[in-house]
Amino acid sequence: MAPLAPKTGDPLFANVERVNAELFTLTYGAIVRQLLADLEEVEEVNKQLDLMGYNIGVRLIDEFLAKSNVSRCVDFKETADIIAKVGFKMFLGVTATVTNWNAEGTTCSLVLEDNPLVDFVELPDTCQGLHYCNILSGVLRGALEMVSMKTEITWVRDMLHGDDAYELQAKLVKQVPEEYPYKDDD
Amino acid sequence: MGREVAESCVDGVIMEMVSAYCNRFYSSKPELAARRIEAIGFQVGHQLSERYTMERPRFSDHLEAIKFICKDFWSELFKKQIDNLKTNHRGTFVLQDNQFRWLTHISIDASPDNVEASQQDSSSPTSNNAAQFTSMHLYFPCGIIRGALTNLGIPCAVSADISNLPACSFVVRIKA
Repeated sequence: MAPLAPKTGDPLFANVERVNAELFTLTYGAIVRQLLADLEEVEEVNKQLDLMGYNIGVRLIDEFLAKSNVSRCVDFKETADIIAKVGFKMFLGVTATVTNWNAEGTTCSLVLEDNPLVDFVELPDTCQGLHYCNILSGVLRGALEMVSMKTEITWVRDMLHGDDAYELQAKLVKQVPEEYPYKDDD
Repeated sequence: MGREVAESCVDGVIMEMVSAYCNRFYSSKPELAARRIEAIGFQVGHQLSERYTMERPRFSDHLEAIKFICKDFWSELFKKQIDNLKTNHRGTFVLQDNQFRWLTHISIDASPDNVEASQQDSSSPTSNNAAQFTSMHLYFPCGIIRGALTNLGIPCAVSADISNLPACSFVVRIKA
């Protein structure tokens, strides 16, 4: 029998190598700041943050699967729960809530009330179009793509823009059939 | 104990930042990429040392400040102190970390002989790829140290020497 999927990420977070969150938060902040200076266009910064996140997600999923004992999820609902309760916890030390499911079970929201990326952050007026945390949506997209789920991740609420929480909408676009990197008897 | 995140988060953003600057934004201008990566480190070091010295009396001299970097500052970042500190007593300090975390986490397949982060050798780009990649990663911690010391009122230049991997030495030259 496959091992039961963990209900929370607490024991995982307790067991991974951890670092001072200030280093993480300030490093990310300095990167965003430098990108804004170098790329000038806020839209381009959003795009690059998303791409950086995507590349990180593609790698993080391996670490996640190796350490978490999570096996195949039965549906997108279970996947979303695992991301919210186990994934976020294992890496960022916080959990998200999953809400706003559509009837088909293909779109939901991940709501974060606490987000270590934004400690000490305030956006100047010139950055209104900036999705400061866009790296997160990229990470989710990249990680899910590695487990055969094509998704679109968009920001619905952002505390840096005055909302009361961070809300990411995750939409399952396509479940890609698994492809093996080899061909049988070919 | 303050808030923590998984180490892979920090490793991930640093790795992607270096790769974005070296491979996407300034792929044909490594010296520009290096300057940007160093600037990001500078900003981080500047802010961190501001935070970590808030409740401390002023440092009486350069050595005191450097010792703070070696002990408290390094421990906050890497959960260990700098292993060895040398100085020529004329403004140059060498801080050696015998097992520098950010290098043990990148895989390096060529043997980089004596790469100095401050001087790029662009004469043999192909054979030097791994070494160049490593040295690109060192601009970030060099920037952090320079930013931290600058915030403590000590303008300096910082370079890295990795001739004894996985040990890494940071050479701090204080500007007179």
